[in-house]
Amino acid sequence: MSAGRLPRWVDYVLIPFLNLAAAFLVSGLVVILIGENPLDAVRILIWGSLGYGEGIGFTLFYATNFIFTGLAVAVAFHAGLFNIGGEGQAYVGGLGVAFACLALDRYVPWYVTLPFAILGSAAMGAAWAFIPAWLQATRGSHVVITTIMFNFIASSLMVYLLNNMLKKAGSMQPETRTFEDGGRLPFLNDLFPSFGFGYAPVNLSLFVALAASVLVWLLIWRTKLGFEIRSFGANATAAVYAGISPVKTIVIAMLISGGLAGMMAINEIMGSQHRLLIDFVTGYGFVGIAVALMGRAHPVGIVLAAILFGMLYQGGAELSFEMPNITRDMIIVIQGLVILFAGALEHMFRPAIVRLLTPSRPLDAKEA
Amino acid sequence: MSETPAIELRKINKSFGPVHANKDIDLVVKKGSIHGIIGENGAGKSTLMSILYGFYNADDGDILVDGRTVTISDSKHAIALGIGMVHQHFMLVDNFSVLENVVLGAEDSGLLAGGLARAKRELKRLEEEYELRVDPEALIQDLPVGLQQRVEILKALYRSAEVLILDEPTGVLTPAEADHLFKILNVLKDEGKTILLITHKLREIMAVTDTVSVMRRGEMVATRETAGTTMEELAELMVGRSVLLRVDKKPAEPGAPVLEVENLTVTDKRGVQAVKDVSFTVRAGEIVGIAGVSGNGQSELLETLAGIRKATSGKLKINGETIDLGASTLDAADMRDKNMGHVPEDRHRMGLINSFAEYENSILGYHRDPAYSKGLLMDLAVIRKNAVAEIEKYDIRPPNPMLKTASFSGGNQQKIVLAREIERDPQVLLVGQPTRGVDIGAIEFIHRRLVELRDAGKGILLVSVELDEIRGLSDRVLVMFDGRIVGERGADADEGDLGLLMAGVDDTHSAPAEGGVQ
Repeated sequence: MSAGRLPRWVDYVLIPFLNLAAAFLVSGLVVILIGENPLDAVRILIWGSLGYGEGIGFTLFYATNFIFTGLAVAVAFHAGLFNIGGEGQAYVGGLGVAFACLALDRYVPWYVTLPFAILGSAAMGAAWAFIPAWLQATRGSHVVITTIMFNFIASSLMVYLLNNMLKKAGSMQPETRTFEDGGRLPFLNDLFPSFGFGYAPVNLSLFVALAASVLVWLLIWRTKLGFEIRSFGANATAAVYAGISPVKTIVIAMLISGGLAGMMAINEIMGSQHRLLIDFVTGYGFVGIAVALMGRAHPVGIVLAAILFGMLYQGGAELSFEMPNITRDMIIVIQGLVILFAGALEHMFRPAIVRLLTPSRPLDAKEA
Repeated sequence: MSETPAIELRKINKSFGPVHANKDIDLVVKKGSIHGIIGENGAGKSTLMSILYGFYNADDGDILVDGRTVTISDSKHAIALGIGMVHQHFMLVDNFSVLENVVLGAEDSGLLAGGLARAKRELKRLEEEYELRVDPEALIQDLPVGLQQRVEILKALYRSAEVLILDEPTGVLTPAEADHLFKILNVLKDEGKTILLITHKLREIMAVTDTVSVMRRGEMVATRETAGTTMEELAELMVGRSVLLRVDKKPAEPGAPVLEVENLTVTDKRGVQAVKDVSFTVRAGEIVGIAGVSGNGQSELLETLAGIRKATSGKLKINGETIDLGASTLDAADMRDKNMGHVPEDRHRMGLINSFAEYENSILGYHRDPAYSKGLLMDLAVIRKNAVAEIEKYDIRPPNPMLKTASFSGGNQQKIVLAREIERDPQVLLVGQPTRGVDIGAIEFIHRRLVELRDAGKGILLVSVELDEIRGLSDRVLVMFDGRIVGERGADADEGDLGLLMAGVDDTHSAPAEGGVQ
């Protein structure tokens, strides 16, 4: 049975808020247990992430990564697929960015390089999603299994490539040479000095991410392809009845998903590190799952959830600095709780709210 | 006359969230009678029986069994009180024997052997007493549904049920099997058992019950002596207004063939031939009905013609174009392009996406039509306008295209599908179970639409397990049994005759009619 129908604001505002509140409440208990004041902790966390320009800059920088990986998970989600290979797709996407930057950075300005970097990263990320997609579509091999295995393959592949092919001559570091100006996106601090982002690496890719959000919204809710993706995800049998090809839909949705995950590399590689290096993804791909869940697979929700997780990353770093008892691992526990309440336990409060908000009324032409 | 009733319900209430499924239900069931409960889908019949059988607890109200007030907390409790239930979908273990199924859950001890021997003796006695012959050693999977149902009844009797609830027992039976069931019910009645028969088929109520109670929208609206009422009165009570039980139509004026199927064979996933060498023709301006007990290849036939399922071999001629179905890679979209509409048998699983808004479902399958697009994007304004027009024309309620499809009632959901498929003006319309789970008022409407489409010169292939519907709508009736078309009859087909064909009794005396069966 459906759990009942609720006004939209309940679904999109009240329930996420309650989930979040529950997560912080439990986190607060954990903080009390290790002998710190939870209110102080919250103050530090919020101040660290939003209290000053540089903090905000870092929050937005992390959020940019999460928007890309969150959108990636969401697009696959709409097709009923659980792409948990964002990690690997983003990692391999880094190759696309690096190739574009290494080839062009000495000859053209960044705004010429950027379209190639976007195309390159999306193409590489999509390519990395293609084999799992194809196996799912034609063989029924579950993408959850194959994409997670491809994360490991991506990791090994990148180590091999960086160590043996891409390493700068005469260096011991498994990384490419540093890009020249033509391969660097401007930092927002340089564009808008008045915001005082300081040394925060937030850069122009934030706008690329926001543009991607708008495009994903258009794709999913305003195009035929999006209609087919959503149809297939909501009811595969009905989709086949409607003449929608499952193979085509699965592959296309996964390619778009992989492409979006790959684009995360623009922020890290072209926007911040200015070189391709080992392990630059560090979990952003996985957190993207939580972002998509919490954002209810809607771009607006994803942008908001991405900012929240950006705050947790940045504020958490401050917190572990200010409160030595709260280690980096504790921050991960708190993030885990947010994921648990916002994602896995999404429906915990729902039945109670349904009961609370819907008055008993007589049966009106409803099927048993 | 003042004998204690077997079951008495007083002011039973049950709500599911906002849905008030049972409202102040009073019911008195006399001992040793067959009591029918009739109502449309969603009227609350099943809820009421589930309360009686302990699946649900009533919000308030009293249940009296043999004059004593009881609280039935679960089905075990109900069984202890002598209430047995035969479910619409059998609760049997397919690869167990009849005996094992009967004993299941009522084993006396940890060791089976002793209990089984005792059970066998008891089963023997029951079989003789109630004329319920079933081989106790047979595996359920080898038994036809009619016999499986008998096992369900035996199960209840084995647990010494005095009151037997049967929930839509004839849905899966051929007319002959149903008749046999009614005989069994009469024997049970003569032996002093009380029977509660839940159904939405008026004919069964008239055939077998002593008393009938009518439910509508969660309320008990009337109780009548069956002998003192008519089908028309009951139908009116069920719907709340007078309804036309017969389909009103002129004789067909068939034109040129629009759909020709030749030697179609379909093999399903398990490698079993579901459709075997089937050939037939549908002409413009006629409704061809395919009768048959559910599961005899009708679904596979329909899905194959609609492009959803792959055929093994066979040819299809549609609007003059010949397609080799064995070799084609045509999908449902291609078949739509050939001007063939399809109202699928199962609207929840196939015909609609329940989580989508009504207007989105109004273009499902036709979403690629350039009329619905403006450049790269879909033209939502046009789509919604179109949906509103269909809502008006088909009286779909509530008239709100933005509402999730799951919020519509069964009849209105079916109208959404029907509107979508008919309004694209198909040359051929495939229709599966058009009125399954649809209330009587909507049935009337849907039947009228189909006849209108026929009169507009379109060919309709109708698959239904409701014999009344087949007979009421079709201009020609084909009967499917075990994947084959075993006979063809005209519009005036005799019910008993069709019933025999549906049961697979050889049709040796009939010559295939013109344009028909091979």
